[in-house]
Amino acid sequence: MIRVVLPAHLRTLARAGGEVKLDVEEPVTQRALLDALEADYPMLRGTIRDQVTHRRRPFVRFFACEQDLSHEPPDAPLPDAVARGAEPFLVVGAMAGG
Amino acid sequence: MSGVRVLVGTRKGAFVLTSDGARKRWDVSGPYFGGWEVYHLKGSPADPDRLYASQSSGWFGQVIQRSSDGGRTWETAGNKFVYDGVPGTHLWYDGTPHPWEFARVWHLEPSLTDPDTVYAGVEDAALFRSTDGGQTWHELPGMRGHESGRYWQPGAGGMCLHTIVLDPARPGRIFVAISAAGVFRSDDAGTTWRPMNRGLTSEGIPDPRAEVGHCVHRIAMHRSRPDVLFMQKHWDVMRSDDAGESWQEVSGNLPTDFGFPIDVHAHEPQTIYVVPIKSDSEHYPPDGKLRVYRSRTGGHEWEALTRGLPQRDCYVNVLRDAMAVDALEPCGVYFGTTGGQVYASADAGDRWAPIVEHLPAVVSVEVQALP
Repeated sequence: MIRVVLPAHLRTLARAGGEVKLDVEEPVTQRALLDALEADYPMLRGTIRDQVTHRRRPFVRFFACEQDLSHEPPDAPLPDAVARGAEPFLVVGAMAGG
Repeated sequence: MSGVRVLVGTRKGAFVLTSDGARKRWDVSGPYFGGWEVYHLKGSPADPDRLYASQSSGWFGQVIQRSSDGGRTWETAGNKFVYDGVPGTHLWYDGTPHPWEFARVWHLEPSLTDPDTVYAGVEDAALFRSTDGGQTWHELPGMRGHESGRYWQPGAGGMCLHTIVLDPARPGRIFVAISAAGVFRSDDAGTTWRPMNRGLTSEGIPDPRAEVGHCVHRIAMHRSRPDVLFMQKHWDVMRSDDAGESWQEVSGNLPTDFGFPIDVHAHEPQTIYVVPIKSDSEHYPPDGKLRVYRSRTGGHEWEALTRGLPQRDCYVNVLRDAMAVDALEPCGVYFGTTGGQVYASADAGDRWAPIVEHLPAVVSVEVQALP
């Protein structure tokens, strides 16, 4: 199972308590993970990436294994530790607001 | 009527304020959608328990919420707002072409007759409609596609379609207002549109009497006289007696005719309310006194309503959607401030008292009279 940590506001919107666990077919990519996330939690559509272009929203970032994966191509494989469920994939709302 | 429900949208969530018909004791519930901007929430005239809310965030975009139990519980509805066809461009602040980009829903206007039909006014300015309770949204492209659309420019708050008025006597007639394009009217249920700005004069645009380009802040109508419209423009309070075909200024003796909201008494179609604001760069009341002004003559002659409102050191603003009236007897009047107060008057404005005083900045106020 893939583990996903959502920012607090999206956890509330999704009515998800803690980490979200997803079945994602291999190869595990950012696109496949987000497709699975939005399929299980349709209320998250449009909140992480644009519903038409699938472009990441500007103030949302993706971290995993202490790396910033935000600018990785959506079809690039995610780290093995994420694919194995050893490490979570973090969806982060950028710190902003002064 | 057994009571009222006041729906308050703020910069950090929504609140529902309820009271009985006396409107003296209030129950405050919320925040709903805490931390999100709630530009507007409104109930269906056809089913008072059906509410729609616009929830948005600079981080996570637009969410639409729907309640079927008067705001006790909410469920997410559809949030896919896609412009029809190739969106094209409008003009940016600097006068250069800028692509149309959806930012947020400013205003939700439920149908007068069908709880599942609701209109959404959005930024960048366009009109959308859902006929399935907010699950799917389709643009009414004739609005944004008006031949003047490519020349529209944003107001300071963005290029937003912020006002939607449905004519109760002519089901196909819709009025909308856009900052800073002006008023448009459709007589065919939103297929085609005409600008309705004759008589408006706006300094600061190349042709002060242009057909399009005016920063209209809000328009209001009394359902018994749908051909009579009232307008708070950026500067000037205006009135139309011919369904928007022409406008006359009725600012009269107001201390300043800048402001945002305007509303009409529920039972007296000639009684209207505004909140004068000092200027477009000083978004606070003149002299530090928060005063609602009421005209019982449809404009021109205005009286200050001050009892219960702060009359010194008050520097809040009242935004365009942050005033509403209820249909009880006597008519209740409500408004919210950027300082987080929601004031209510249960006697048509003669006396005021705060319902709550320390909410986040209030963006919108709507009220429902409950059976």
